[in-house]
Amino acid sequence: MSAVALEVRNVVKTFESDSGTINAVDDVSFIVEHGEFVALVGPSGSGKTTMLSILAALLTPTSGQVLIDGQDLARMSEGQRVGLRRKKIGFTFQSNNLIPFLTAAENVEFMLRLNGKLDKAGKLRSQELLSRLGLSDRLNNLPNQMSGGQQQRVAIARALIHSPTVVLADEPTASLDTERAYQVVKTFAALIHEDQRAGIIVTHDLRMVQYVDRVLQMRDGKLVKVLNDKKEILALAKGE
Amino acid sequence: MKNIFLSIYLALKEVWRNRGRFLLVSMVIALITLLVLFIAALGEGLGTNNREYISKVDAQLVVFLDKTDYIIGSSRLDDVTLRAVRRVDGVEDAGPLSTSSTAIVLPGDKVLKVSLLGVQAGRPGIPAVISGRSFLTDQAKEVIIDQRVAEQTSIKLGDVILIRSTQGTKDQFFELRVVGISSRQAYLFQPSIFVPAFVWERDRPKSAAEISNLTPAINVIFVKLKDPTQAKVMLQKIQQTVENVQVADIPTTISNIPGYSAQQGTVQTQGFFTLLIGVLVIGGFFQIQILQKVPQIGVLKAIGASNFVVGLASIIQIVFVTAVGVAIGGLLTYLFSLGFPPTVPLYFNGSSSALAIIALLAIGPAGGLVSVFYAVRIEPLKALRLL
Repeated sequence: MSAVALEVRNVVKTFESDSGTINAVDDVSFIVEHGEFVALVGPSGSGKTTMLSILAALLTPTSGQVLIDGQDLARMSEGQRVGLRRKKIGFTFQSNNLIPFLTAAENVEFMLRLNGKLDKAGKLRSQELLSRLGLSDRLNNLPNQMSGGQQQRVAIARALIHSPTVVLADEPTASLDTERAYQVVKTFAALIHEDQRAGIIVTHDLRMVQYVDRVLQMRDGKLVKVLNDKKEILALAKGE
Repeated sequence: MKNIFLSIYLALKEVWRNRGRFLLVSMVIALITLLVLFIAALGEGLGTNNREYISKVDAQLVVFLDKTDYIIGSSRLDDVTLRAVRRVDGVEDAGPLSTSSTAIVLPGDKVLKVSLLGVQAGRPGIPAVISGRSFLTDQAKEVIIDQRVAEQTSIKLGDVILIRSTQGTKDQFFELRVVGISSRQAYLFQPSIFVPAFVWERDRPKSAAEISNLTPAINVIFVKLKDPTQAKVMLQKIQQTVENVQVADIPTTISNIPGYSAQQGTVQTQGFFTLLIGVLVIGGFFQIQILQKVPQIGVLKAIGASNFVVGLASIIQIVFVTAVGVAIGGLLTYLFSLGFPPTVPLYFNGSSSALAIIALLAIGPAGGLVSVFYAVRIEPLKALRLL
């Protein structure tokens, strides 16, 4: 298996609006390896969510390439992109993450069900994963019976259960208090490293980057800075 | 196949976890079902009470006096015409029908209003008896009662019944011996009794001027053909051969029973509008539900559920909720029908009820079609507000 899980090559995404053409993502390139946890940061409107949507195969780039396990998203049909999202991508969102009528365990198992891989072993694995995330007593709870932090942890379990190549998280701590937010990102990072997934978190909360391996800073659609050094990353997290 | 199971799983899980809300919708469908089935049964009951005898006659064509617009009560024919019709090549037999109303006098000063129908023994127009026998002669003071008469009274074979007809300005009473019981033969909303033609002329209500008349007045002639498949050809042939008549087939005769078409049209319009209201109510509910579920559908699509899975899950849910509603409605209809008095003309005919149920099962998907299209068109990016 190649060390490269995700490769972004000169991706450009433009939108047409009344005021003219907007370059939401402007010639961005980077690589994320298996077992690497990367933060995509930047001010509002910097293009990080658009970038994440392109990585999630929800949006096609105007030009450039996005390769997941060597497969180019731009060359895929809509049906193939749906298949790729199901098999190779794990996704957590800011809110409305879970299917409201499925319990925590069922939400996680749903990813396996979607992939036609739900068996006894899969059920056991999802329960173990939820237990690791501190939710062993919440397996049969519906989302509205859980706190925001618990729901985010269920979403993380769902994003990881089917062993995807890439795990994407869009502002997963936006609706959590600081303590819960640290806990969620810390657990997320640990699972990314353990399972050798390529993790990308989009966040505007720079305190959360202390758990990542690399920080990609975006501004006006461009990738303006890459932090690889742990000291630099910790300094950024501390606001120095 | 995996996707179908996935859709079933999603659809039924949601219904089960929100069973109170979905049951409420099913109950609305149940009430619509109740209404539609009752309207269908009422339509069938009214129609049956109006046409039952004509629809069971063993004949293919009906001969009327010309320019009477196929209205049985307006037509007046005579024996000459009857013999002329019988002589037409291709006619196997022809029998007269004379119509009127009378009342059977029952114990306790009660009466049962009935259609008094004059027919000829052994000729088309006389109903098949299911018990007893037919008339022996055209002048025998005998009567065949239809099953409804037997059910609504305690009259049985061999009894002598008393009928009361107003002739001139006086009530006259006539005795008739019950020799046969036919299947149900309602005509013009009344159960029927059948008497020989001459007895009919003697016993029917008459104006003062008609009292001395003893020749039976024929309203129409029923024609049985040698080859029933040639009805259209024979219809023309009789009209051309016999003077001053117009000929119709049985369905045309039924649709020209006074009020029949208007009544059936009214009932069918009521049924149609009830179904239309059903479609709008169900459609509105599912559309609101889909609007509430936009983020949820967005998540499903973002994590890899295909449009097929999302769309099929919506359809399954709609069909399931509708089917539950129709089943509850059917059960309620049955229970309510047990409590209705026999005078209410509700007739649960298998085919019309089945048709109503099929229409009811179709209103859910028809109403929910817009919401299914909407669900399939939801873009995960917009649903999740990523754009």
